[in-house]
Amino acid sequence: MTADHQSHGDENLSLLDGFNKQYSIHIDKFEGPMDLLLHLVKKNEMDIYDISISVITRQYLEFIKFMKDLNLEVAGDFLVMAATLLQIKSTQLLPLDDQEDIEAEEVDPRDELVRRLLEYQQFKEAGMVIGARALLGREVFQRSAVEPFMAASQSVEGPLEVSLFELVDAFRVLLQKIPVESFHDVSPGDSLSIADCINEILSLLQDQEMIEFEQLVRDEFTRERVIVSFLAILELCRLKLIKIFQAEQLGSIWFLPAVTKDLSEVEFV
Amino acid sequence: MITELSAIIESILFTSDTALSTDRISELLSEFQRNEIKAALAEIVSFYQERGGGFELVEVAGGWQFRTRTPFHTYISRHIKTRSAKFSQSALETLAIIAYRQPVTRAEIEHLRGVDCGGVLKTLLEKHLVRILGKKDIPGRPLIYGTSKEFLEVFGLKDLKSLPTLKEIQALDAVPRYERQEELQLEPERVVPVEGDLPFE
Repeated sequence: MTADHQSHGDENLSLLDGFNKQYSIHIDKFEGPMDLLLHLVKKNEMDIYDISISVITRQYLEFIKFMKDLNLEVAGDFLVMAATLLQIKSTQLLPLDDQEDIEAEEVDPRDELVRRLLEYQQFKEAGMVIGARALLGREVFQRSAVEPFMAASQSVEGPLEVSLFELVDAFRVLLQKIPVESFHDVSPGDSLSIADCINEILSLLQDQEMIEFEQLVRDEFTRERVIVSFLAILELCRLKLIKIFQAEQLGSIWFLPAVTKDLSEVEFV
Repeated sequence: MITELSAIIESILFTSDTALSTDRISELLSEFQRNEIKAALAEIVSFYQERGGGFELVEVAGGWQFRTRTPFHTYISRHIKTRSAKFSQSALETLAIIAYRQPVTRAEIEHLRGVDCGGVLKTLLEKHLVRILGKKDIPGRPLIYGTSKEFLEVFGLKDLKSLPTLKEIQALDAVPRYERQEELQLEPERVVPVEGDLPFE
């Protein structure tokens, strides 16, 4: 038994030598443990429903060892799969209780792995099918041929709604524009309150449909003014009284009343 | 010759740099019936198909748009410098999982792929191909992801239903696998070295 095992082991090693050489080139091609397993199954021409766990496990572990030898960082995901393989293998080796025998015939420890492999294979192929399509900006072009990703986010129907992050970004850009030298006298009692600013914005919105953020701070372009105005806008937004827009990505912030009608009836202090 | 309505729609589509939906066109041309507009669109499509020119009218992401025909991309790219790189296998796999399984959480994607998908997801989000649909009502409230309108536009899909079904994809793969099995049965000498490679069987 031992001798037999040994000879098989040698054979296996020589097989793995070729295996190692082959993979020194393609090592970055594997997208993860599932991809590697699928490759090993195909390479050994195994039936996916009847995988020889011992062969696969041996080659799989050998591959991980090889990755370590190359000083490649072996991702934890690969180790999780190695543990799973070893667990399946040990389950197969364990003698079965008489009682369990009948049930065990139906439950194969490999079932879960096979199911995952098949599922993965399906999505891998789906990915290739999607990737084989003619891509906009590469095989197919549209009129005016703007950057495809940018063009997609621009709309002909008006300004686009911004996410909070884009809003904060635009605000940061504006803050950077503030001249550092703009010192001014600090007169106590004259500090700007958010409530004042809110009232100011609301009265401005009664005359105008749409206001640009920079218009608010144009007369008094200081850090304090910009911050207070920004906080006022956020507050108004929270109260659902205004809508905030950007005409383009990283562009200036515009805002308009959310409900034009009821605006005058709401009080703020 | 094409009808006047087709000519009107053609002129609108010509000036638009984004795809226009049938709804949007009928909104713009309220004096015409919706089915008239649909017929006119079909007429334009076949007009350009018969012409066999450099571009055609296609339906993408629920809208209509003039797009160049694929055989000419090498010539077009001499004029237009494109930045769009090829998608990596991991990006395509992740996109496929999201496209077919949406709404899906990151943990579900990672379970299917067996690897960490944080980096790929971030790139896809940045490219606006994937968007966050919300949060799943399970412990931890993980984010759920889905494909965006840009995904349909970039991959030239009319809607999600026009993706080939997973069964169709499997069928594509099933044919060579069957052939390979038959080949092995017919030539037993080929089977022998394979068996030698399986020491524990």
